[in-house]
Amino acid sequence: MQALYAQLLVGLINGSFYALLSLGLAVIFGMLNIINFAHGALYMIGAFCAYFLLNIAGLGYWWALLLAPIIVGIFGMVLERTMLQWIAGLDHLYGLLLTFGLALILQGVFQNFFGSSGLPYAIPDQLRGGMNLGFMFLPIYRGWVVVFSLVVCIATWFLIERTRLGAYLRAATENPTLVRAFGINVPRMITLTYGLGVGLAALAGVLSAPINQVRPLMGENIIIVVFAVVVIGGMGSIMGSIITGFALGVIEGLTKYFYPEASNTVVFVLMVLVLLVKPTGLTGRAA
Amino acid sequence: MPEVTMATRAPAAASDAGTVLGVKSLEAWYGESHILHGMNFTVNAGEVVTLLGRNGAGKTTTLKSIMGMLAKRAGSVRFNNRELIRLTSDRIARLGVALCPEERGIFSSLDVRENLLLPPVVRDGGLSLEQIFELFPNLKERLSSQGTKLSGGEQQMLAIARILRTGASFLMLDEPTEGLAPVIIQQIGHTIARLKKEGFTILLVEQNFRFASTVADRYYVVEHGKVIDGFSNAELPANMDKLHGYLGV
Repeated sequence: MQALYAQLLVGLINGSFYALLSLGLAVIFGMLNIINFAHGALYMIGAFCAYFLLNIAGLGYWWALLLAPIIVGIFGMVLERTMLQWIAGLDHLYGLLLTFGLALILQGVFQNFFGSSGLPYAIPDQLRGGMNLGFMFLPIYRGWVVVFSLVVCIATWFLIERTRLGAYLRAATENPTLVRAFGINVPRMITLTYGLGVGLAALAGVLSAPINQVRPLMGENIIIVVFAVVVIGGMGSIMGSIITGFALGVIEGLTKYFYPEASNTVVFVLMVLVLLVKPTGLTGRAA
Repeated sequence: MPEVTMATRAPAAASDAGTVLGVKSLEAWYGESHILHGMNFTVNAGEVVTLLGRNGAGKTTTLKSIMGMLAKRAGSVRFNNRELIRLTSDRIARLGVALCPEERGIFSSLDVRENLLLPPVVRDGGLSLEQIFELFPNLKERLSSQGTKLSGGEQQMLAIARILRTGASFLMLDEPTEGLAPVIIQQIGHTIARLKKEGFTILLVEQNFRFASTVADRYYVVEHGKVIDGFSNAELPANMDKLHGYLGV
């Protein structure tokens, strides 16, 4: 029974990363119409940012949580201004290819300097140790990852669905030409939105660093699963990405317990099923 | 319709000659298609000017070109003595120009309230929410509905209402009565007459020239992306046959 709960916890943690990453992807796809294949690499850079902040600047985990998303977010905005804006409005394929190329470049650069092995990043002191919940032993850091991710996801959802700024974002996603004709600087909003999506990826990277180590290829594996999550949840649906992210993490964890052979493929099987039955995703709006 | 009391607005400063909009040799392209071949017309302060013409004549393209929504434009569009032809649409909007598009453009991912409040206030002189609700009482009851759940008439009211808040003094309305019931059309007519009294300058595109004749001061006839004729409201009865010919009705 312990093993089941342990697997569920792993599932929730992975689900947290899936949710944070697919949220950023969904927001970027909604606004920019770009399938951001660089997302995994930016998640990796977020983790490396935390590593550098600690080992070069002496700034610990809590600083990293704040600074890494900002730093990597700014880097993302530079990418958008210098490269992505020129392919906006073109076929989705161009965005995919460009960001895929970016991902390879970024990963290649980091691989060149750091090889393929993982760099250590310690769990911050305040989050060390664990609690005995009776039915299982809960490492505090892992509980923190799940709770903090949930809070960030819900805050992002609130920002987009319930605030004035979010209304601008949703409207510009639907009809950017008209929104611009009302006097709103839509290109600037697009840049900031990309920065937000990238910041979320970097935040996931920082959260992941103490658990998964900091490796140049850490984004490569996770990005494929995250794409499956976005497809299942519905591209451009905020709540869909969040719920699906957590749910699929849990499903993956359960599968690992009950039928381990299928745990790597269950997400993709579900993705194929959803594409066959409801191509716009479980909660996605019709294109 | 209840008497609406609005604080008297000073119309936004027009140029000395009273010409708010001066369009000269305006050309425009959609991709490779050359739609406007040299539009020439003016709109004076406080006027309601109507562009009449058949489908495809270029009336909507003209409004969109003035608004800066078409990438490829040439010629001159002067608004209160500022040249608009090189400006982006957000800059043009901030100068006090507002468009109510033909398709209405109500956002489905926003509720009515968010749709109404979306266009930012760009200058003083715009209507307050209370004044807007006095003009369009049914909007007040539907504030939390999804924007596109409104009826056609209500969506048209919303599309007009939201640009009244911004402080824009020059409004461009693209076929506001299209597909609407006569009762709603009458309401829109009253609204436009009201706005005219309050000092707004309006450029109207209408296929329904019977409706246009209830509000317009002057008309221009558009054909193949050019203005081919123009007359005042007083001259309308004398030009009815000519007009029927132009419009093919």
